[in-house]
Amino acid sequence: MSNSTNGASGFMQRTIIALVQDRPGVLARISGLFRRRGFNIASLAVGRSERPGLSRMTFVVEGPAHVVQHVAAQLDRLVEVVEVQDITEKNIVWRELALIKVEASPHTRSEILELAGIFRVNVVDIGANSLTMEITGGRSKINSLIELLRKFGVKEVIRTGRVATLRGALSEGQEDGAFDGLQDEVSHYYTPTAGDSGSV
Amino acid sequence: MVAKKLTGGQIVCEALLNEGVDVIFGLPGGAILPFYGELSKYPKLRHVLVRHEQGAAHAADGYARSTGKVGVACATSGPGATNLITGLATAMMDSAPIVAITGQVGRAAIGTDAFQETDITGATLPVTKHNYLVMRAQDIGPTIHEAFHIARTGRPGPVLIDIPKDVFQEVAEYDFARDRIINLPGYNVRTTAIESQVEKAIELINEAERPAILAGHGVLISQAFDELRELAEKAEIPVVTTLLGISSFPEDHPLFVGFPGMHGLAYASLTLDESDLIVAIGSRFDDRIVGDPRRFAPNAKKIQIDIDPAEINKTLVADAPVIGDVKAVLRQINPKVKSTKHTAWVQRVEHLKAEHPSLKIRETDELLGQHVVRALSDVTKGDAIICTGVGQHQMWAAQHYKFTHANSWFSSGGLGTMGYEVPSALGAQIGNPDRLVWSICGDGGFQMTLMELATAVENKLPVKYAILNNNHLGMITQWQGLFYDGDYQAETYSGNPDFVKLAEAYGIKGIRVTRQDQLEAAIREANEHPGPVIVDFVIEKVDNVYPMIPAGQSVNELIEDPL
Repeated sequence: MSNSTNGASGFMQRTIIALVQDRPGVLARISGLFRRRGFNIASLAVGRSERPGLSRMTFVVEGPAHVVQHVAAQLDRLVEVVEVQDITEKNIVWRELALIKVEASPHTRSEILELAGIFRVNVVDIGANSLTMEITGGRSKINSLIELLRKFGVKEVIRTGRVATLRGALSEGQEDGAFDGLQDEVSHYYTPTAGDSGSV
Repeated sequence: MVAKKLTGGQIVCEALLNEGVDVIFGLPGGAILPFYGELSKYPKLRHVLVRHEQGAAHAADGYARSTGKVGVACATSGPGATNLITGLATAMMDSAPIVAITGQVGRAAIGTDAFQETDITGATLPVTKHNYLVMRAQDIGPTIHEAFHIARTGRPGPVLIDIPKDVFQEVAEYDFARDRIINLPGYNVRTTAIESQVEKAIELINEAERPAILAGHGVLISQAFDELRELAEKAEIPVVTTLLGISSFPEDHPLFVGFPGMHGLAYASLTLDESDLIVAIGSRFDDRIVGDPRRFAPNAKKIQIDIDPAEINKTLVADAPVIGDVKAVLRQINPKVKSTKHTAWVQRVEHLKAEHPSLKIRETDELLGQHVVRALSDVTKGDAIICTGVGQHQMWAAQHYKFTHANSWFSSGGLGTMGYEVPSALGAQIGNPDRLVWSICGDGGFQMTLMELATAVENKLPVKYAILNNNHLGMITQWQGLFYDGDYQAETYSGNPDFVKLAEAYGIKGIRVTRQDQLEAAIREANEHPGPVIVDFVIEKVDNVYPMIPAGQSVNELIEDPL
């Protein structure tokens, strides 16, 4: 299973997770480091973490791997960034949520609801001429549903962007995010060393 | 200590004093007036009034680099704050610790395009190590202490604190013991390196047959002069210094080589090229040194000692990255390095020096920039503080001044800021009142910041300004000649003032030198004069700096001086 797809820029999409201090301006500092290189941020999800005062961010960016990893190192240098990881090559679990508002007349409604059933999505609102469904899953599942709904008329798509975490270790002594029995693909470009505090 | 009730402006002053600040470079304006209104109550805070805020930032930078302390600059909102930006960017690129305090419009007016409002925390995001907008007087104390901590620790850099006018006026409690407590979970400064990295570096050093040290600015920042010398002498390793690493190692030492790269000495570039190990100490493998990364020192393994993990593997892959403070890391490495000789290799380096006489000055009756720097070096015995901007004067100064005193070279290396040389020398002089400070300037850069001559006069700062005056933007002329088919555009300064009369207009001593035989007497006269001096060295109009490795190339494309 690959968690990377090529984005609009032709570069592979890379997933970065960061734990940051919850202070004004943090997002501008982080996005500035990507903007400086002309990178597009394909998606960004931010929310409070399990630790008071800290938020967790998941970015999906498009750019050459070695450059994105250097940006990750520069992100780590920011005072308010507690930790940052490029998890693209790790064993991760990720989800995205989307709200899709689709045109639904009395004629088409049942067909749409059938589709919703197959995709196991929730219908969260029904109006006279439209209905809104909520789907959670990976990018391709959401894309497929949107494609199938196009013939009815998709009025709005609202996506949260990816949230991701490392999969838990499968055995004792293994690290979270490692592939079982597989050599982890480690970048030669930026390899933080164990015990490296990261930020200066 | 009990918490004191103070105005925001008073809290700024008290917190600065608690940080050991004794001088502030600044220029007032409406939004920061409540702070200036408190200054008279704090006579221990000396305020140096500059003539342009860029000068405040550069002076704070010169003060910081020459003392190892944090330099402080202040400016008002809007144009005052934006004028600081070039100085902040200069300090950011060269890792100089500065705290800049700016006034901001009142809280209620923020975001309304009020008179003299600029979003300065937004504008300075990419050119500061960190910045703050302080919205409550009670936050001023903790913010200032945190800012100083960030500016001076780890890889140093500029930090800006923006304070709205009414926050300076608001009353709050200040308690140093409480407000100095730092809580930054994302900011961990490493001093010593982890053992496995150190072991790997030691192994490579002990195995090398042709090792070369590349000593960078990190050696100066970390004040690791003794440790660098110990490593070089113990394992007999020739020392190449980067442009900003100049004055990290005595230039009269037999193991001293020189600086490499685009306009570095040919034999220094060749020493790196022929080495089998480069021990980079506090150097970021800048593009002016590396050129083409695929062809840079292809047979050398690279040890990179740096406090900033984001510098590791940026331009080239390090075989042995060592993350930590240079001084602490060298103290870990030195005891385990084998005491050894590299006789054949050192002889080879001496041979390279003899074969490539990069410091030979061509025979001419004209006065050349090289003659001026050579004479300055001889007369001052390599003991002066030298400040430069960017361009030909900078390269000739780097090549021909033979530094014997540690931490004496302050130049805008990373950003390459014309005009840095005039105010930075004032800061260096204030930080080192007993040392001789020469600012080596081009006529172009000098005219970007010459308004600070008034600051020198007002504060009785006896800085000596050596203008290498060729009525040209010399490096521009050189590049247009070499790389743009001699299509010279916007390179001639035909409207230069008479710099001796300019000196007189400021009430300072002016000397003009047009011939080689006048050099020594003029420099002695300047040195002995108790106040500031401008020496107008009228040098040959068009002259190129050699050696030269064109941008992005390697030593194979090195152009030696076509004497």
